[in-house]
Amino acid sequence: MKSLAIKNLKGRPVRTAVLMVLAALLSFTALGGTLVVASLGKGLDSLKARLGADVMVVPREATMKKKFEDIVLQGSTGYFYMSSALADEVIQREGVGQVSPQFFLASTGSSCCSIPVQIIGFDPDTDFTVSPWIKRTYGGELGKYDIVAGSDLNAFVGDKLSFYGVECTVAAKLEKTGTTYDTTVFTNKDTITALIQSSLDKGMNDFNDTDPEHSVSCLMINAADGTSPEELVNDINIHCKKVRAFRSGDMISGIAGSLSGVSQMIRLLIAAVWVLGIVILLLAFTMSVNERKKEFAVLRVMGASRAKLAGLVLKEALCTCLGGSLIGAVVGLLVLLPFNGVIEKTLALPFLLPNAGSITGFAIAAVALSVISGAAAAAVSAWRVSRIDTGLILRGDN
Amino acid sequence: MELIAEKVTREFVRPSGKTNRFFAVKETDFALQSGRLTVLMGRSGSGKTTLLNMLSGLLMPSSGRITADGKDLYAMPDKELSRFRCEHFGVIPQGQTAIHSLTVTENILLPFALYGDAPDEARARQLMERLDIADLANARPAELSGGELRRVAIARALVRKPSLIFADEPTGDLDDENTAEVFRFLKECASEGATVLVVTHENDAKGYADIMLKMSAGVLTQE
Repeated sequence: MKSLAIKNLKGRPVRTAVLMVLAALLSFTALGGTLVVASLGKGLDSLKARLGADVMVVPREATMKKKFEDIVLQGSTGYFYMSSALADEVIQREGVGQVSPQFFLASTGSSCCSIPVQIIGFDPDTDFTVSPWIKRTYGGELGKYDIVAGSDLNAFVGDKLSFYGVECTVAAKLEKTGTTYDTTVFTNKDTITALIQSSLDKGMNDFNDTDPEHSVSCLMINAADGTSPEELVNDINIHCKKVRAFRSGDMISGIAGSLSGVSQMIRLLIAAVWVLGIVILLLAFTMSVNERKKEFAVLRVMGASRAKLAGLVLKEALCTCLGGSLIGAVVGLLVLLPFNGVIEKTLALPFLLPNAGSITGFAIAAVALSVISGAAAAAVSAWRVSRIDTGLILRGDN
Repeated sequence: MELIAEKVTREFVRPSGKTNRFFAVKETDFALQSGRLTVLMGRSGSGKTTLLNMLSGLLMPSSGRITADGKDLYAMPDKELSRFRCEHFGVIPQGQTAIHSLTVTENILLPFALYGDAPDEARARQLMERLDIADLANARPAELSGGELRRVAIARALVRKPSLIFADEPTGDLDDENTAEVFRFLKECASEGATVLVVTHENDAKGYADIMLKMSAGVLTQE
C-alpha cells in the first residue's frame, strides 16, 4: 500500500505538484514569519542589552534634533561633549550607582580616515555596557590604538585603519548584534582621547574648544539600590540643567512599539496564509478523492478494508505534505539567511537571527506543523473514503 | 467453497418519489455450490448487481444472513471480512476498473500488494497469456482499449486463485471470440473447484451454465 501511494502520486504529477506547493507555502510562511518575528524580538533584546544601563546622561545640546537617539538607535554618526566637571556634578547626585563615561567621535569620508564610522570610547576600569560584548570575541585588554570593529564593518583582525591620521589596529571583531553596534568602532579611553585630539589638531572637530582630557560624551548609569531609574532621571533633570537624562527603556519604547506592530502584522499574515492554505488543501484532497472514487471502490472490491482505504489517502497526503514542507522550509532558509541584512534594512528595526540550533528547531517545527495540517485536511477525505458505498459507485445499469 | 444466502433482503430508500422505500432484493434463499458455474440473468434494475454485491461481502443485507463455508460474512469485523474477501473471493466488477497509476502487471498483482503478500508473478503471466494481454504487461491503462481493460479486470480477479468468483457483466466490452474465451475460462475455474456466479445479459452464457437463475423485480427464481 505504501508503494501504491507513491505510485499514485507519481501517476498524477500535476495534482501532486499542486499539493506540494501548497504544503511548501505553509511551511515557508510558518518558518519565514516565525524567524522574522523571533529575529525582531532578539534584535530588541540585543538593543536593550546594548544600552546596558538604567539611565543615560548626555549634554542637553545632544538632545536637539534627536542627535543622541539617532546615534544609538539609527546608526547615524555624531559626537558631542560635556565637561568632566559637569559629569561629576551628575555623578554626585544621590541614587547614582554604577557609572561609566563614554566618548563619541565620528570619522569622516575624507582622506584622513579609512572609513566613516561612529567611534565609541569607553573606560575599561568602570565600563559595564560595552566590555561584556567585546569579551565575547576578545579576551585580552585593548592597548593604545587598538580598536574593536562592529560585525558589519569591512575590517578584519590585524587590519590597520586610520582615523584623523592616527593609525589603529583591529584587535577583534564583534559578533553580530543586530543593532548599531554592528557599524561602530570601539576603543579605550586613551585611544579615543588621542583621536579626538587629532581631530581637533586638524581642525575637523565641530567642538574646537573641547579639552579631550577633561570631557565626556555620555554617562551610563545604573540606579543605586533603593532608587528607581525614574526617580534618578527626574532628580538629574531637575538639578543638572545643562544635561539631559533618559531612561533606556523610554528610548527604545518607540522601537518596541513599531516592532510589536510589525510582529503582529506578520502573525496575522501567517494566520491568513495558513487558513487559506488549509482550506485549499481541504478542497484539493476532497476533489482528488471524488475524482478517484471509482479507484477506491475497486480497491475495496479487491479486499481493501475501510481502514486501508483511509490509510492510503493519509499516506498520500503525508508524502506530499512532507515533501512540500521540506521544500518550503529549505526555500525559507535560502531566502532568509542570506538576505537577513536586506530584511533588516527594509524593516529599519533591530534584527538579529536566532542561533543555528533555534533556526533548526523552527524549521523542524514548521515542517511538522505543515505536515500535521496537511494530514488533518486529508483526514476528512480519508474518513469519507472509508465510508465509500462500493456498490453505488460501481453500479451500472442493473 | 459453498456460499449460502438465508432469507436475504435488501431495502433501499429513494431520496424522492411516491414510494421512497423499495426492495431491490426480496426475501431470497439459495446456495452457490463449489465446482458449479451459476449464471444470473434478468432485466436492468431487477436487482442482480445488488444481490451480487451482498453475496460478495460488499453490501450488507437489510435482513437475513450470508455464510461462506459456515462463516457469517457480515458478522465479521470489516478488517477480517476484507482480508477474507481478498484471500477467497475474486470479483470482476462492471465497467473499467483499472488503477491508472499502475501498469497492467501491477494492476493484476494488486490483490497481493494490498496485504503485502508475495506476488504470484507466474500466475499473472499465465493469466495475461490466456487472456491475450501478455504484450501489454508494462502498458498503462490509458493506453488500453475497453476490451483489454476488461480482460485486465478478469485477470486481477483470478490471480489469487479464488474459491468464489463473482463476475458482473464480465464480457461487456468484449467481442464474440473473447466473450466465448472468458466464459470457457470461468467454466474451467468452476471445473477446478471454484464457485462461480456470473451476472450477464449474454444469452451465450446459458451454454456454459450449470445453474441458471433469473432475477425479476427483486425476486430470484431458478430456470
